[in-house]
Amino acid sequence: MNIDWSMLLGRLSLDALPDNIVTIGGAVGGVLGVLFIIGLLTYTRRWKWLWRTWMTSLDPKKIGVMYIAVSGIMLVRGLADVIMMRAQQALFATTADGPITADLFQQVFSAHGTIMIFFVAMGVIFGLINLILPLQIGARDVAFPLLNSISFWLFFAGMALMNVSLALGEFSAAGWLAYPPLSTLEYSPGTGVDYWIWSLQVAGIGSLLSGVNFLVTIFTMRRKGMTMMKMPIFVWTVLGSMLLVVFAFPILTATLGMLTLDRTIGTHFFTSDLGGNPMMYVNLIWAWGHPEVYILVLPAFGVFSEIVPVFSRKRLFGYTSMVWAIMAITVLSFTVWLHHFFTMGAGANVNAFFGIMTMVIAIPTGVKVFNWLFTMFRGRISFKTPMLWFMGFITTFTIGGVTGVLLAVPGIDFQVHNSLFLVAHFHNMIIGGVLFGAFAALAYWWPKFTGFHLHEGLGIAAFWSWLVGFVLAFAPLYILGLMGAVRRLDHYDASLGWQGLFIVAGVGVMFILLGVFFQILQLAYSVWKRKELACDSDPWDGRTLEWSTSTPIAEYNYATLDVVHGRDAFWSFKQSGRKRLSNYTDILVPKNSGFGPIIAIVVFVGSFAVIWHMWWLAAIGLIATILLAILVGMRENVERTITEKQIAVTEKKLWGSEA
Amino acid sequence: MKLFISYLGVGVDLMKVYYRTTSMTKRRKKSILPWLITGGLLFIAITATVVVTILLQGLDIPVLNPKGEIAMAEKDLLLFTLALSAVVVVPVFVMIGGFAWRYREGNTRAKYTPDHDSNRWIEGLWWGIPIVIIGILSVVTWVSTHQLDPYKPLVSDEKAIRVQAIAMQWKWLFLYPDYDVASVNVLKIPVGVPINFEVTSDGPMSALWIPSLGSQIYAMNGMTARLSLIADKPGEFRGSNSNINGKGFADMHFMTKTVDDRYEFEKWAASVRNAINHAHIDQGSYAQLAIPSAGDSPQYFHLHDVNLYDRVLNKYMHHGIGFTGEYGNHEH
Repeated sequence: MNIDWSMLLGRLSLDALPDNIVTIGGAVGGVLGVLFIIGLLTYTRRWKWLWRTWMTSLDPKKIGVMYIAVSGIMLVRGLADVIMMRAQQALFATTADGPITADLFQQVFSAHGTIMIFFVAMGVIFGLINLILPLQIGARDVAFPLLNSISFWLFFAGMALMNVSLALGEFSAAGWLAYPPLSTLEYSPGTGVDYWIWSLQVAGIGSLLSGVNFLVTIFTMRRKGMTMMKMPIFVWTVLGSMLLVVFAFPILTATLGMLTLDRTIGTHFFTSDLGGNPMMYVNLIWAWGHPEVYILVLPAFGVFSEIVPVFSRKRLFGYTSMVWAIMAITVLSFTVWLHHFFTMGAGANVNAFFGIMTMVIAIPTGVKVFNWLFTMFRGRISFKTPMLWFMGFITTFTIGGVTGVLLAVPGIDFQVHNSLFLVAHFHNMIIGGVLFGAFAALAYWWPKFTGFHLHEGLGIAAFWSWLVGFVLAFAPLYILGLMGAVRRLDHYDASLGWQGLFIVAGVGVMFILLGVFFQILQLAYSVWKRKELACDSDPWDGRTLEWSTSTPIAEYNYATLDVVHGRDAFWSFKQSGRKRLSNYTDILVPKNSGFGPIIAIVVFVGSFAVIWHMWWLAAIGLIATILLAILVGMRENVERTITEKQIAVTEKKLWGSEA
Repeated sequence: MKLFISYLGVGVDLMKVYYRTTSMTKRRKKSILPWLITGGLLFIAITATVVVTILLQGLDIPVLNPKGEIAMAEKDLLLFTLALSAVVVVPVFVMIGGFAWRYREGNTRAKYTPDHDSNRWIEGLWWGIPIVIIGILSVVTWVSTHQLDPYKPLVSDEKAIRVQAIAMQWKWLFLYPDYDVASVNVLKIPVGVPINFEVTSDGPMSALWIPSLGSQIYAMNGMTARLSLIADKPGEFRGSNSNINGKGFADMHFMTKTVDDRYEFEKWAASVRNAINHAHIDQGSYAQLAIPSAGDSPQYFHLHDVNLYDRVLNKYMHHGIGFTGEYGNHEH
């Protein structure tokens, strides 16, 4: 007797399990990894601890750590994709008999792009903002603590959806932006594009909520005396970045929504007939996609603007210029999206306009570079790892900037668009800018949160491995692009002579892996030797407020709220020889809440149901989500008080020897 | 293999640098770290340059070795923009190296001004120089974008040849409606005669790119994009699809083969039409061809249906209300 399970399971059946040796490996590895973590937590009886101290915590410092932890794991997954791609192109590409089929190869690079942008770069940026922003503006929390937790858990749900595609079904093979018609049902009938849509949709809504949250935080929660023009530059960059999030992410949500409708109920937003138009999708996705680049890179600029003055022991040069440059970039980044498709046949006036607008962005960016350089001028520079990452950033980013200007000229773009030249360019910007910024931030702020330094020697080794690997991995791509190699090739003719350069690029990847290895080693070794590496609450002689509080940082961040009198607030406190205040008053902090993880589970299940067409379950998911949203609004008694006395005790303990 | 060994060497060298520097900094204050790092980097740079140069021996870099007027102009534009960027970039590199060295912590002789944080003139200069450079580049961009507009027919004494290109899953079909011939995965053109392409797709979005000749353009179903190219030198130029359009994407390339002039081209077209047992293409055989396949070998056809291109276009407008025509505002 054959039972029809499709009412219950939709498209899900045993066929959804992976059948290729590589995907089986990935799926088994992933499942084993998750089982290992579950086993470890059960064995050490840490479930309650995990739930109480981490999952339900509304403390932005903890949420920030969770963001960065997830991003770190996803970075490893994204790198695994890189290894597969470059190994294929370097070793098997000319014979096309490697273990990776064309379809799988296309899933791998689509996953690589999606993971690296949404679940590594975005995660690390939001993690940093959570950790640093409230501290830098002298606040005790973000504006909406529960919303912050929900944002993280939506990000987590999106990440989980994306990774479930390893074991059940497939991932999109349509590139990281899934242009229709390729991403329509006609050419991609499987679940891949749906996984892509829903993991982005869920994570994207989380990002939008975060954007609102941090904007309100910046506008309303700054320490008394900290006027806008006294905010640290990192805060300014976050302001710019979050403005972009708030304006750009709704476009992504709507675009993905329309693509979903096209795929599920047969509408014609992006088909070529019945009034639809695929070019509309390309425009919309880049109207989000270009600001997205600046959403990522602006906070990285902010990080460097904090690091350079501290390690040059000098005030930041040209603060006002910096602020103007940041805001100029913020506005301009909405006027350049068409440069991603100069070759779609727009008229010369349109192309020239967008080309020129793109170059105009180089002006404020150049100003920032010069200001950093002049902060170093007549300073006393100590080349600790954060500063090394800055040096690496400025070199690679400048080269990326030049190739960016080249690509901004439509006449040049006509020749190198969609080639490996383009791929090399944007990796220059995203690795050299965002990732190096994140690494610098990690080395810089790590001791503030943990009370010990990261091992310097291993950090230097990681830096050089990354830098050398980066150059070796991407310089050949520039040349390959000029040789006519387009992106996303799973094989090519041996006669083209590209293989040597692909091998060099592969060697570069190995150096990058070596860098990652050093970083993991650095983390482990530093934790192991934390007593020897211990430091006080202000190890770098910092300038901004976050260095003024104790390490470890109390959950309320600051016991007292001293009025701020200038830029580099903590620096001026120190210069004036002011003592710490001890006129404590009661502090309200948010109680833990399980809404974040619960909403994540419901949204995950609901999205999974839509992907597999289990409509009954999708309906339940939708109703449950709405109910949960109502319940969130009906919460009462959400804060608890930390009394004056408790604060006095905590402060004494936290400051300890530093009295 | 040699390559791997040479890079292994680099890796060993790096490890040495690391070991030496960590032990060195402990022992004495005046470290040789910068020298070691500079030396190591120089070594890597030289090795990499040598390796890449060897790898590039005898290989063609079509974007830098143009064979047609458009590609030539685009190469010049690239080199000009690169040179102009160097005006900003070279000082940046000089300054970063210079400042890092001069104002390093250990150098107590260097001037130190901890509170120096603004200078109107210098900041004005930072805004001014890029504005001037981008200003120049903007004019160049405006003019060149109009000159190189792919839709703009090339100026020539020769009458242009019309080629209709259809991107299919996963091959290129070229129709020569004025000569009643067609080809799959091979493009035949005469030297010195402008080619006016009309480009569409019978499937996902694709793009036509022949780096030796210049500009690429997207091919989209239900729409025509235009592209004007010319080959000024004879040869075989690889062309490909640059936009992913499904499984067989990597196989979607072709050779552009030139004949000496229009006369030779017409002779070639006639030979295709008159070949005994020639393959022909019409609506029926097109449907056969349209079945997705990759790696089709180059083939020439007698074109029986001169309206084939329009039929392919109209496939995507069967409800009569599709988006038609061309994207953008072309004033020529």
